[in-house]
Amino acid sequence: MRNRKHKCKKSSCLIYMILLLACLLIWIPIYMVVSGCFMRGEELKEYIGVVLDQGNGYVAWPLLPIYPTLKSFVELLFDAPQFFVMFWNSCKQVLPAVFGQFLVAVPAAWSFARFRFPFKKFLFYIYIILMILPFQVTIVSSYLVLNHLHILDTHLAIILPAIFSTFPVFIMTKFFKGIPEELMEAARLDGAGEAYIFFRIGIPLGNAGIISALILSFIELWNCIEQPLTFLRDKSYWPLSLYLPQISVDNLGVSFIASMIMMLPAVLIFLKGQEYLEQGIVASGIKQ
Amino acid sequence: MKIPIEKYIRTKRARKETLLGIGFLLPSLIGVSIFVLIPFMDAIRRSFSETMTRKFVGFENYRVVFANEAFQLAAKNTGKFLLVCIPLLLVLSLTFSVLLYSVKRLQNVIKTTFLIPMVIPAASIVLLWKVFFDEYGLLNKIMIACGGTGTDWMNSNKAFLVLVFTYIWKNIGYDIILWLAGLNGISESIYEAASVDGAGSLQKFIYITIPNLMSTLFIVTVLSLINSFKVFREAYLIAGDYPHESIYMLQHVFNNWFTNLDIQKMCAGAVLVAIVLLGVIVLIQKLTRSDKEEIV
Repeated sequence: MRNRKHKCKKSSCLIYMILLLACLLIWIPIYMVVSGCFMRGEELKEYIGVVLDQGNGYVAWPLLPIYPTLKSFVELLFDAPQFFVMFWNSCKQVLPAVFGQFLVAVPAAWSFARFRFPFKKFLFYIYIILMILPFQVTIVSSYLVLNHLHILDTHLAIILPAIFSTFPVFIMTKFFKGIPEELMEAARLDGAGEAYIFFRIGIPLGNAGIISALILSFIELWNCIEQPLTFLRDKSYWPLSLYLPQISVDNLGVSFIASMIMMLPAVLIFLKGQEYLEQGIVASGIKQ
Repeated sequence: MKIPIEKYIRTKRARKETLLGIGFLLPSLIGVSIFVLIPFMDAIRRSFSETMTRKFVGFENYRVVFANEAFQLAAKNTGKFLLVCIPLLLVLSLTFSVLLYSVKRLQNVIKTTFLIPMVIPAASIVLLWKVFFDEYGLLNKIMIACGGTGTDWMNSNKAFLVLVFTYIWKNIGYDIILWLAGLNGISESIYEAASVDGAGSLQKFIYITIPNLMSTLFIVTVLSLINSFKVFREAYLIAGDYPHESIYMLQHVFNNWFTNLDIQKMCAGAVLVAIVLLGVIVLIQKLTRSDKEEIV
């Protein structure tokens, strides 16, 4: 008995060690971003300039910033008006797109999950393929449409195609399918209409799916790079995700703090919504 | 008399369901048609014709694409990348989720940690990767300090490994969450019953856990496939239009064709990719689904 307990403890120690070692692979880069925020640009250049073709020797990184300073932060705050323009652009593109997805994808997913109609399976396969096709593969067709609609070089060029992304439909469908049919039947027997069932049973019981799909969409759109690069020639419409790639070596300090600020909304939304993500696409189907 | 009425009710109900189904789907379907489906049909048409003269040329564009060396290299690399990284990600994430499932303390901290890479901006990852994987980066510094020799990770065929690592690093958290949800869905009583019958933990894993996770497998595989195409972002930001040939992917080819306005090739290529993906999806679905469960 005693021996067995000992053995158990040893194996769980090993499990913790494996897990924590893997976590280190994530904590170290994150620590570097965070500590980089408190260093001056020149200091950073000294440490990592070599990989950006400036300086020589090997890269180094101090365990703690040697001269901790908020200089980069102040620089970003006062000397980089472009940053705020791009932050605002990101909001103007991402928020309407996510809201639009909510309006369009929720009923579509409800339709796929709840009703039988001709060609449903065929359409769903099409939705899946469209969701997987890499952006570059459909780049010509998208470009031609946006050009035809005269919305290239406007926020709409990012928003409209995003609203009709089929990814949230796919995720939400899985959740809606997990709602037991008996609930719906019972409501119908009580004389509830289809709209009532959709709003009062579907949306509340499928909310974990709706929220997790929208969180994933938000993260995707917040970090999108290819779409604005292709559809927005006019840099005044560029979102924040394109701010970082164009920072020069001389502004290294700013790039770390800008990374942090850019990550912040996504991290907050993620932490808030993690429990919805965890409710799982699959569990809802199995447990009933 | 009885049968026609029943039939009438059934068809009436079916008609109502069809109307409702299409009604709920319509806003999405119209938008998808305008922004993707109709343009894609147009791409199919273009793939069989010449851009300037609009003359029908049969499979000529397809022949050109197949003969294109860049396309061949990229298709080979993309296929290799998918075949390496997706199974690897599935196995690793399942292993970690089983490990994580078995521990009580710190579970949430670890889970959240694994999720964080998903939200790190691609450009920040690129800067960090330069610090780690550059010829004069941290990784080489460590390897040399340990008595090894350094390699130029990003500009040799090691770039492929870096890309696989990036993909796993970025996506393992989400897959773990999905697997954990699947694991949580398996009733504890099945395991208890198996224990009573004298099953060991390995047997329980093979005969209970794995079969019960099959429906999770479909969705995890599909989402991993989607995300595998998104590593292009990092690859592109690190190495630009023409990276080391070991990570020259289909997206690079399409991007470069787009820059050169090679419309015919792009359209034929897009149709080919769509057909292959359709095949892959049907295959994944056949492999992971039991007969009783329909896709919708």
